Amino acid sequence: MIERIGRTTVGLVEAVGRWAHFMADMGRALSDVATWTWQTLVQMRRVGVDSLPVALFIAAFTGVVLALQASYTITGTVPLYFVGTLVGKSMMLELGPVLAGLALAGRVGASMAAELGTMRVTEQVDALETLAYDPQSFLVLPRVIAGTAMFPIVVALAVLVGIVTGWLTSLWLLNLSTPEFVKGLKLFYQVKDTWFGLFKSATFGFTITTVGCMVGLSTRGGAEGVGRSTTRAVVYSAVLILVLDAFWAAVLLR
Amino acid sequence: MIQFDNLYKAFGDKQVLAGLTLEVHDGETLVIIGYSGSGKSVALKHIVGLLVADAGDVRVDGRAVSTLDRIGLAALRREIGYVFQFAALFDSMTVTDNVALGLRRRGLTDEELADRVQEALALVDLTGSGDRYPAELSGGMRKRVGIARAIALRPRYILYDEPTTGLDPVTSAVIDQLMVRARERLGVTGIVVTHDMRSAYTVGDRIAMLYEGRIRQVGSVAEIRESDDPVVRQFVEGRPT
Repeated sequence: MIERIGRTTVGLVEAVGRWAHFMADMGRALSDVATWTWQTLVQMRRVGVDSLPVALFIAAFTGVVLALQASYTITGTVPLYFVGTLVGKSMMLELGPVLAGLALAGRVGASMAAELGTMRVTEQVDALETLAYDPQSFLVLPRVIAGTAMFPIVVALAVLVGIVTGWLTSLWLLNLSTPEFVKGLKLFYQVKDTWFGLFKSATFGFTITTVGCMVGLSTRGGAEGVGRSTTRAVVYSAVLILVLDAFWAAVLLR
Repeated sequence: MIQFDNLYKAFGDKQVLAGLTLEVHDGETLVIIGYSGSGKSVALKHIVGLLVADAGDVRVDGRAVSTLDRIGLAALRREIGYVFQFAALFDSMTVTDNVALGLRRRGLTDEELADRVQEALALVDLTGSGDRYPAELSGGMRKRVGIARAIALRPRYILYDEPTTGLDPVTSAVIDQLMVRARERLGVTGIVVTHDMRSAYTVGDRIAMLYEGRIRQVGSVAEIRESDDPVVRQFVEGRPT
């Protein structure tokens, strides 16, 4: 038992050490601007534009469910226009960033781990190094910058779509008028709701892409290793998103 | 000149290199032969700093590779072309982009860069294949692109890791020809790691046999062919016992 605790502790310290080392390498690679700028634009498209369909699909149905659940919960106790409040607050503060984050952990994190893992086991990363490129500036930084910059944009659009579908649901299924829905939406709105959700999304984007790259580049052992890395990237990202979500709520919403 | 200076490297319990000492003279092509898993590719990776030795060092023109900082290592790598066993081409890039990638950081104009790429592709007889992706190429063509990517840099040294492995005899002979052509036209110093003796005899000026982590014998092609050493004889003749 004590041995297992010891091994787990050592493993955890090693993982933190590897992460710190990876971060330091990434920081150092920032100076290699000529390499990472042109790759970043390519990644922004892949991370942002290509992720939109899945994020918007999830947000659209979340907006519908939120409106219906809010109505179910508050009918007869508080005015129905609170549906707008619940839809808006929930989408901006929690469900928009977290659901999009979890979906993109599967889509973006897994794809980065698989791509970099395959590059590692087929010696493409070694080839890059022999061509005098730093994999951190060529492969990692563009992905992390793209993820951090594009996630808030994807989430902002997802939140917007969620609110719109919530409004349409209220209009068609709950007999709530547009002015009432908007009244509810504005009721407890603070600017902080917007920036909190977007800031949180940026940290999710940073986390998902960093984990995807780090796990991908440490891949060993052929196709099986790539499969293991892909799974690991999704699981680690999902867990970290939930931990970060609680962390930011505790730090910024008190 | 490249010097392996008493190089040691282990992976876990397995001691792969155990005191490898060898010199590669300027202008020559040295072939390193040895059994699969004997550490030939591991030795090659130490030259460009892809692996770090447990003890000993590799010196390239007097520079100890393990002591180089990031900038020094990048400068060293600009002088060395590396041809990987399975070509290690970038899947998402065309042949042209693969060959051009190493040149992009050398301050060439677009025109110079295009000329250098075309010249390299012509040298490996792949003119006209620039727009194709690696997945659309045969094994032999991929290896030729790998060679083009290395020679486009006009390096002082080229390292070939198992250049003919997995190829049919005719394609292997084509790759051998290309390696000879690269040396004759560009005057580069080459190290070829292989267990294909026909290729070794064709491209090598000298041959060194790596066995149990160190050099068993090094000599001219004729010396290795006529070697009295039972281990070397068994290997070059391909006898099971």
